[in-house]
Amino acid sequence: MTDHALSQAGVIRPAGSRRSIPGLAALLNLWREANAVQRTAMVLALILLLLALAAPLIAPFDPNAQSLLSRLRPPVGFERAKLAYLLGTDELGRDILSRCLYGLRLTFTLALCGAVIGLAIGFVLGMFSGLAGGMTDDLIMGLVDAQIAIPFTLVALLILAVFGSGLDVMILVLGLYGWEQYTRIVRGEVRKLKEMPFIEAARAAGATPWRIARRHILPNIVSPLVVQFTLSFSNIVLLESTLSFLGLGVQPPTATLGSMVGIGRDYLPTAPWIVLAPAAVILLLTFAVQILGDWLRDRADVRLRSR
Amino acid sequence: MLAYTLRTLAKMVITLFAIVTLVFFATRLSGNPIDFVLGEGITKEDRELLIAYYGLDGSVWTQYLRYLAAFVDGQFGLSFLERRPVADVVAERLWPTAQLILSATAFTLLVSIPLGILAALKRKSWVGSAVMTVAFLGLAVPNFVLATLLVLVFAYLLNWLPIVGNGTPAHFILPTIALSGLLIAALTRFTRNAMLDVLSQDYMRTARAKGLKERRVILKHGLGNASITLLSVIGLQVAGLAAAGSVVIESIFAWPGIGQLLVRSAILRDYPVLQFGVLTVAIAVIVINAVIDIAYAYADPRIRLAKG
Repeated sequence: MTDHALSQAGVIRPAGSRRSIPGLAALLNLWREANAVQRTAMVLALILLLLALAAPLIAPFDPNAQSLLSRLRPPVGFERAKLAYLLGTDELGRDILSRCLYGLRLTFTLALCGAVIGLAIGFVLGMFSGLAGGMTDDLIMGLVDAQIAIPFTLVALLILAVFGSGLDVMILVLGLYGWEQYTRIVRGEVRKLKEMPFIEAARAAGATPWRIARRHILPNIVSPLVVQFTLSFSNIVLLESTLSFLGLGVQPPTATLGSMVGIGRDYLPTAPWIVLAPAAVILLLTFAVQILGDWLRDRADVRLRSR
Repeated sequence: MLAYTLRTLAKMVITLFAIVTLVFFATRLSGNPIDFVLGEGITKEDRELLIAYYGLDGSVWTQYLRYLAAFVDGQFGLSFLERRPVADVVAERLWPTAQLILSATAFTLLVSIPLGILAALKRKSWVGSAVMTVAFLGLAVPNFVLATLLVLVFAYLLNWLPIVGNGTPAHFILPTIALSGLLIAALTRFTRNAMLDVLSQDYMRTARAKGLKERRVILKHGLGNASITLLSVIGLQVAGLAAAGSVVIESIFAWPGIGQLLVRSAILRDYPVLQFGVLTVAIAVIVINAVIDIAYAYADPRIRLAKG
C-alpha cells in the first residue's frame, strides 16, 4: 500500500497532528494570536535579525578600524562627541555602533550554529535511545544524566582549555549545549509514539525503521522541538556572551557583544558607553527571545491553555 | 525509605563515576596535556622529564587508573603554574566560594519567598503582575551584565561599595546581589506557582474556618506545604545556577574562590587544576542534589510512604 493510500485511510497521522513547518503562514498565525508584549518581542527580534544581516551594509565603519585620534569619544549628544560616531568610540578609536552591529551578527551566527548542532546531536541520540531501547537506551540516558548533573559552564571551560579559543572551538562548545534536553524530549515522544496504532500499521505495511522515524515520528515531535530550540537559542546567546566576556570565547580584535562588555569594563569609570551600548543590545536580544520562547512553550503546553 | 535512600546514593555514585571518566578522557582528546604549556623549543629529554615530574607518563589507561586511585590516596597531580598539589590549590578556594554561595542563597531566599507569596496573594492586582514581570525579565539578564551595571552605579558613580576581593563584609554586598539576580528571578516564579497550587487546597479553607489568623494560615499551612515543592527546586536550580554564576561573578569581583581559579586555569591552560576543580564543583553539585533529593523524600509523606 502506498503512503498516499495509508494517509487517506487515516492511518498514517492521527487526527489533530499537523506538519508545522515554521514558514510565513505559521508566522502570520502567531502574529494574530500574540498579545501586545509578544508582538513587541517579535518586532524587536525581527529588527535585531535584520540589523545583524545587514551589518556590512549599514555599519558606518569597519568594526576593527582604529582611529587613534578619536579614541574614547562619547556618544553623540555629550561633550567631545564626534558626529560620525553615533554611539562613540572605544579605547582604540573603533566605532562602537559598527562593532555592536558586527558583534550582534556574530552572536546570531554562533548561537544559530550552536543551536542547530545541539538539536542534531540531541535528536539523533534521542531517536536511537527511543527506538533501540535496551543497552543503547541505558547508555545514552546515563550520558544525559551526567550532562544534566554538571553545570554546562564547567564543560565549556574544559573544552576551551583543551582545544584553545577560536571560532571553530566556540561553535563546538555552543553545539554541545543543550543536546540532553532534545534527547530527553525526543526519546520520551518516540517511546510514546512507538506504541501508537498508526506506527504499528506502518510497520506492518513494511516500512523500514528509517522511514518510520522520518515520515511518521518526526512530524509528530516537531512542535516540542521548536519550543526547545527557542529556549536553547536564548541560553546559547547568554553562554556565548558570558564566555566571550570572560576572555575565553571569540578572541580580539573580533567584536562580539560579550567581549565588548568584558574588555570595556576596564574603562567603566571614564568611558561607560563602551560597555553600556553592547550591554543594551544583549538585553534587548535576550528579552525578545525570552518572551518568545516562554510564549511558544505555553502555547505548546496543552495543560496550560485552560489557565 | 532506606531503599529509596540507597537507590539515590547508588545513582549518585554512578553519575560521579561517569563524570570522572568523561572529564578525564576529554582532557586527553588532544594528546598529552603537558604539550599545552610547553614552548616550541623544548628538547625531547626535557619533555620526558616534565611528563614524569607531573605524573603524566604511561599509557592513557594507566593514567586513568592512577587518576581513579587518586580518589583513595589523594594524589591528583601538580599544578603546572604553582607546582604544588592541585588538591591544595583547590582546597584553599573552597571556603570563599562557599561563603559567597551561602550569602547569595540566603539573600535569594529572603527576597524571593516573600515576593513569591506576595505575587501569589495579589495575583489579580498590578502588584502581582509587576513582581512577575520583573522576575520574568530578570531571567533574561546575564549575570555579567547585572554585575557590570552594579559596579558602574554603586562603585564608580556613587562610590559606596568596594569591588575587589573579599576583605570586609562590605565586599560581600555587590557580588552577592549580582550572583542572586538570576536565582531570585527563578525562585520568585517557583514560589508563586507553588503557593498558587497550595492556596486553592481544601486544608487552607479548613485552616481559615478554624479561625486561624490569615498570617498563620499563609505562613504555616500555605508556605509549609509549598516548601516541599520548593525544596527540590532549590536543589536543582540553585546548586547549578550558583556554581555556573560564581565562575562569572568571582572573576568580575576578583573573589579568591574556585570560579575565578577555573577561569584562570582555563585561560592559562593549567589543566591539572582545571580537571580537579571541575570535578570538585561537579561532585559538590551532585552531592547537594542527592542530599536534597533524600531530604525531599523524607519531608514529603507521599514519597516517604509510597516508596517504602
